Amino acid sequence: MRPNRALEIGTGLFVLLGFAALLFLSTQLPGSGLRLGTPSGYLVTAKFDNVGDLKVGSPVSMAGVNIGRVEAVEFDAQHFRAVVRMRIQPQFSRIPDDSDASIQTAGLLGGKYVGIGPGGSDVYLRDGSTIEFTQSAIVLENLINRFFASFANRGGEGREEGGAPASP
Amino acid sequence: MSRGDATVESIVNGGPGAALRRVGAVAVFLARVLAQIPAALLRPRLVVHQIYNAGARSLIIIMLCGLFVGMVLGLQGFDLLQRFGSEDALGVAAALGLLKELGPVVGALLFAGRAGTALTSEIGLMRATDQLTAMQIMAVDPLRLVVAPRFLGGVIALPLLVAVFNVIGLFGAQLIGVQLMGVDPGAFWSQMQAAVEIDDVTEGVVKSIAFGAACSGIAVYEGYHAPPTAEGVGLATTRTVVTSSVLVLLLDYVLTARFL
Repeated sequence: MRPNRALEIGTGLFVLLGFAALLFLSTQLPGSGLRLGTPSGYLVTAKFDNVGDLKVGSPVSMAGVNIGRVEAVEFDAQHFRAVVRMRIQPQFSRIPDDSDASIQTAGLLGGKYVGIGPGGSDVYLRDGSTIEFTQSAIVLENLINRFFASFANRGGEGREEGGAPASP
Repeated sequence: MSRGDATVESIVNGGPGAALRRVGAVAVFLARVLAQIPAALLRPRLVVHQIYNAGARSLIIIMLCGLFVGMVLGLQGFDLLQRFGSEDALGVAAALGLLKELGPVVGALLFAGRAGTALTSEIGLMRATDQLTAMQIMAVDPLRLVVAPRFLGGVIALPLLVAVFNVIGLFGAQLIGVQLMGVDPGAFWSQMQAAVEIDDVTEGVVKSIAFGAACSGIAVYEGYHAPPTAEGVGLATTRTVVTSSVLVLLLDYVLTARFL
């Protein structure tokens, strides 16, 4: 029972394929770093006070249409702000340079994305431009805190004036 | 040769006592096989042959099933997640589902059906045609030459098969989710990479090694102890599939509880 060459080559290929799959699973799924093909389009930068959990690869959209994606999220140590680099696809080349960028959430459990609202300028964004007007991610906890704070204030005023207004 | 105890009748008419005895017999047999593993490693060509038989020959069916399991996962996951407007999380759902549960379990069940049955009937026929007895007469231990390489081949082959299954399944889910249903590819991959930990990959590998040991262990035991008749070998093959499937699902629960 001597195994022949073809069998050993077949086994070798199988084992190689198996380990390649294992390598793919253990390197590509956790962490970041999946780069397929060369990126096209132009880079635009925007600075935010807070990006929430915006990730590399998150979509950049305008009027709900996907026009690019986030290429890097960095930290500006001088101004303590987040610097987001976005790669916009080349066919969307007529975005006014006074457009605003905001961090939005897709759905209830969805991830964050960058929404671009158009401005009115005749000058368009190009490679290396910076979006000046930005709005940070809405942190839900802060929103709830503010809501309860205002609620408590209103409730206090209501009692001073002689009880809360009767509900219809 | 005192093998009158494992006749077809005793297997069919076995009560609770027989079941207990069988568990003990499998454990003792596996311990004897494990003791022969170092000797089997000294003959790598035999093990390579068995990796080919158990692994390379199961590759096509594993890939085909992986593709369809991944595609179903993409379809079902999309349908469920879009109700909450969270179809971006499809990548996470597909990756974790495949890595932790579907890959190892479905892979092991397919492995039991494809490779386990082949092992059982091969060894059972060797028994029925007195090849194992002939080896013993020549002072060659069939456990070392026949059983241990097959066991080891199965234990090595299944984790590799499961890894291939997972990768193909992931691309199946991506095919349906991104190409057909229009989930954003960046969100699909980036959310997946953000949520999947290396521990999730490890869990799948540990599970598939355990399932590989369970499936090949049952298969070689059933083959080695098959009644030396045509009916006996057929019955042993059936028992391989049934016992392996139950054992895989049981082990899956235990291992999942351990890892959570």
